[in-house]
Amino acid sequence: MEPNLRLAHLYPKLMNIYGDRGNILCLERRCRERGIGFEVTELGLGEKLKPKEYDLIFIGGAQDREQRRVAEDLVKVKGKALREAVDKGGTLLAVCGGYQLMGRYYRTAEGEELPGVGAFGLWTEHPGPAAKRFIGNVVVEWCGQTLVGFENHGGRTHLDEGVEPLGRVVSGFGNNGEDGGEGAVSRNAYGTYLHGALLPKNPRFADHLIETALRRRHKGLELTPLDDRVEGMAHAAAVRLTTRRGMISR
Amino acid sequence: MRRIAAIAAAKAAAALSQRLRVGGGTALPGLLAEWIDPNIVPEMARRLGEGSVIVTGTNGKTTTARLLRGIVRAAGLRVVANRAGSNLMRGIAAALAESAGLGGDFAGARRLLGVFEVDEATLPQAVRALRPRVVLFTNLFRDQLDRYGEVEHVAAVWRDAVFALGRSATVVLNADDPSVAALAQAAPGQVLVYGVEDTSRGIDRLEHAADARWCSSCGGELAYATVFYGHLGHWSCPQCRAARPPSRVVATRVEPEAEGTRVAIAMPGAEVSVGLPLMGLYNAYNVLAAVAAAVALGIDAEATERGLSSFTAAFGRQERLTVGGRRVQVILAKNPAGLNEVLRTITADGQQKDVALFLNDDIADGRDVSWIWDVDFDLLAGKVRSLTVSGNRAWDMALRLKYAGLDSLPQVEERAAAALRRALRATPEDATLYVIPTYTAMLRVRALLARWARRPAFWQEG
Ligand SMILES: [Zn+2]
Repeated sequence: MEPNLRLAHLYPKLMNIYGDRGNILCLERRCRERGIGFEVTELGLGEKLKPKEYDLIFIGGAQDREQRRVAEDLVKVKGKALREAVDKGGTLLAVCGGYQLMGRYYRTAEGEELPGVGAFGLWTEHPGPAAKRFIGNVVVEWCGQTLVGFENHGGRTHLDEGVEPLGRVVSGFGNNGEDGGEGAVSRNAYGTYLHGALLPKNPRFADHLIETALRRRHKGLELTPLDDRVEGMAHAAAVRLTTRRGMISR
Repeated sequence: MRRIAAIAAAKAAAALSQRLRVGGGTALPGLLAEWIDPNIVPEMARRLGEGSVIVTGTNGKTTTARLLRGIVRAAGLRVVANRAGSNLMRGIAAALAESAGLGGDFAGARRLLGVFEVDEATLPQAVRALRPRVVLFTNLFRDQLDRYGEVEHVAAVWRDAVFALGRSATVVLNADDPSVAALAQAAPGQVLVYGVEDTSRGIDRLEHAADARWCSSCGGELAYATVFYGHLGHWSCPQCRAARPPSRVVATRVEPEAEGTRVAIAMPGAEVSVGLPLMGLYNAYNVLAAVAAAVALGIDAEATERGLSSFTAAFGRQERLTVGGRRVQVILAKNPAGLNEVLRTITADGQQKDVALFLNDDIADGRDVSWIWDVDFDLLAGKVRSLTVSGNRAWDMALRLKYAGLDSLPQVEERAAAALRRALRATPEDATLYVIPTYTAMLRVRALLARWARRPAFWQEG
């Protein structure tokens, strides 16, 4: 049987800031070039998530107002299913605002506490409107390689004891600008502040997600290599620009 | 005394930096003047006999302000204006200091009007300092988020700024932009609304880049009968009664022409028609906005038409250059919705085009280049003969274009001069090269082109 990747894209109309579309385009292209089918289901407010129907779940970033509506919907409609999916080893990628909402709670700049899904052992607090936003290019060390992206967040994320970050900050701020961690991992679920878009410029990470997602139904599946020369150049340029300028911006 | 010192310092700095050709002398004179006399802008603005107009918004500020200046001059007034792009307080301070005599008075102050292009985030300070007669809003797009914070935040800042206006000030609003139209509720004085009625230029759905799809009254999802570009269109809220307000100044016809656009505009008691040497619906909006501001200023239709036609001819020549037998058109790229409309416009005739994209990520461009993923570069598929990408983020652009369904990958050359030369070589003689840069890349590209075309540098333009 030809493998196919079934993606659930949560709140595409609300959580679509920072080029999140690029992540979806990237997953689709990297599947199709290998003869892997790709189906995306968009789930908006009020629509139930049935984890068994998907191999990979994606949630992107948003502005504050949209984030509030999504937080409400997560609690009422999709939260339980998401927690179960992550607990059972389902593959998930949550970026920026989506990442914050996967934790236990997000306290906004105004002090309002938005309840999170609790799929990750972490919490996020915005220190208030006067606090510095963490904005800029980021390079993160991940599994002996680098991830590149751009971060733009006011909230500071803290991981529970024992929860692993996605990577170590080489240049940039990461979760909270203090402990050097960026993002979080919970079984096969990944949260990160990196956008840019994240996946096109980090093809190894994109493939890691695809492989992890597909292996639950297709044991031992191996992805064939693709021509990633342009990706490599874009990645290298981002590392070069970030580490040269990152020193100044921190 | 302080003011005189401030003016003298600004004038000296402007003369010096122009001589040294550093940045056209735009930032330093104003900074100096404000540093020596923090009250220079309110003090000087009070002396403008005809008061001030502020032009703000994400897209079209510079062009709209230019068009409005042409109209105002045709109406027999004199104008004080800041230079294109110098739209922070220091740019306004520099403009006032440069126009004044050394004693701080303006010659012929009675017929003098300030027309200032103002950065979105600077609007509250500008309103406080200038106490404007008219504030014109073009549109609100997601633009350089890393610099301004979020669209919602800008909308809130604007609301407060409008609320702080005097009762005698007129607010001029774009009916087709829901978040701009909503400012009417905050206006203490008169509101004048403009919009595009000609639905033949509409597209049938919101493009991916669109961002204000949510009702600013109830938060519900807006419905669109027609979309013009981005989130501009004929909108209404199915949940509450919010809807696009009726316009007093209306574009009744927008027709693309060979190298420009013809726009017919109806206003109370009159109609004007103007052939614009600029392409694209976004430029039709710029003309419409300038005409609406003229109406708010009480300028008659005859002067408006005269101002537009004499001014746009000169304006068009400035925008087009000939370099080595190739025509070159430079079109600034700022954000997804604007760039989509540019791409739609240059590919509209179905001919093969020569295009060069320059992507920088300096502060004035927006440090975050993720916005290119929201641009529909697929519009270029099958429509480009040559495609060159450049800028310090050239490889990001190349990667984005890999996803755009083009027949081949673009030529990548990070250095601007080499890229421009390569793009010109790839363009057949007598064809047009469309150069689409972000802001800082545009400064570089125009300096290069001006040198190559043996034309004066852009900062020497009126
Ligand atoms: Zn509503």
